[in-house]
Amino acid sequence: MEDTHSVKGLAHHFDDMEQQREAGTLGMWAFLITEIMFFGGLFMAYILYRSKYPEAFSSASGHLNWRLGAANTVVLIVSSLTMALAVYYSQTGNKRLLITMLVLTMILGATFLVVKGFEYHTKWVDHLIPGFGFEWHLAGDPQKVQMFYFIYFAMTGIHALHMVVGLGIMAVILRMAMKDRFTQTYHSPVEISGLYWHFVDIVWIFLFPLLYLLGAHEGH
Amino acid sequence: MSEHIVSKKIYFLIFSALMVLTVLTVFVATLDLGRFNAIVALSIAVLKAMLVVLYFMHVRYSSKLTWAFVGAGFFWLAILFALTLSDYFSRPWLGQ
Repeated sequence: MEDTHSVKGLAHHFDDMEQQREAGTLGMWAFLITEIMFFGGLFMAYILYRSKYPEAFSSASGHLNWRLGAANTVVLIVSSLTMALAVYYSQTGNKRLLITMLVLTMILGATFLVVKGFEYHTKWVDHLIPGFGFEWHLAGDPQKVQMFYFIYFAMTGIHALHMVVGLGIMAVILRMAMKDRFTQTYHSPVEISGLYWHFVDIVWIFLFPLLYLLGAHEGH
Repeated sequence: MSEHIVSKKIYFLIFSALMVLTVLTVFVATLDLGRFNAIVALSIAVLKAMLVVLYFMHVRYSSKLTWAFVGAGFFWLAILFALTLSDYFSRPWLGQ
């Protein structure tokens, strides 16, 4: 590194570590705001179609496996805890536990994707992929139910894509941690990647009740 | 202002709260509360999201400028929802 400062990890255009961290945090939040608006548009579509077709949405939602959805919710919340702990151990300079927490976070993220994959496969077997021979024989207008599944796949699919990106980011952070790039004063990359990871968790916190629990009280 | 290190105790506390709220939201969904099902589910989700934003994402311990950024994001989301819904829900008033 060609920076002229003596502090490891401090870029030359910042006065000190505090200013650098503040700038990084704000930059990440600016990006997350664009993500809020991006998912916001999808949630808007969900709200409108749900208010238009309440019965079909309830019936379609009742067919989703809420147990798998709940299991994935738990997986993501635990991964958010391990991510938060990774930030904690980067702040306290514990390299071994930082690496452990990053690996655990990645394992949990991968677990989420595997469960999601099984769910998608079941939908494929049950002919519930919109536009690909969609069939619906239960309560509700098939066209309207198809709209629910379209929104379901769009939202969970884009969320899953964010998980894949998150795993990529965590792989980079893990590599940096193993190469001793972080110190007790310089660890913003861990913290900022954590913000992204937690954001993806928040999106799922909303997706789970909205998609899976909508028709739960009507019994499946 | 030096960096605030959130203690492990707080992280585990928030984690427990998130788990309890998850169980609660699943339980409430099995009851038939009519339109209140959606209201309760969304309230719990908003509460969980707030816990994650404030503690896991450290916003509670962040600068005023960070607060302004985060607040602006959710404010604009509220504008998106409010203006779109006011359009769709007021269309029947035209009596077409």
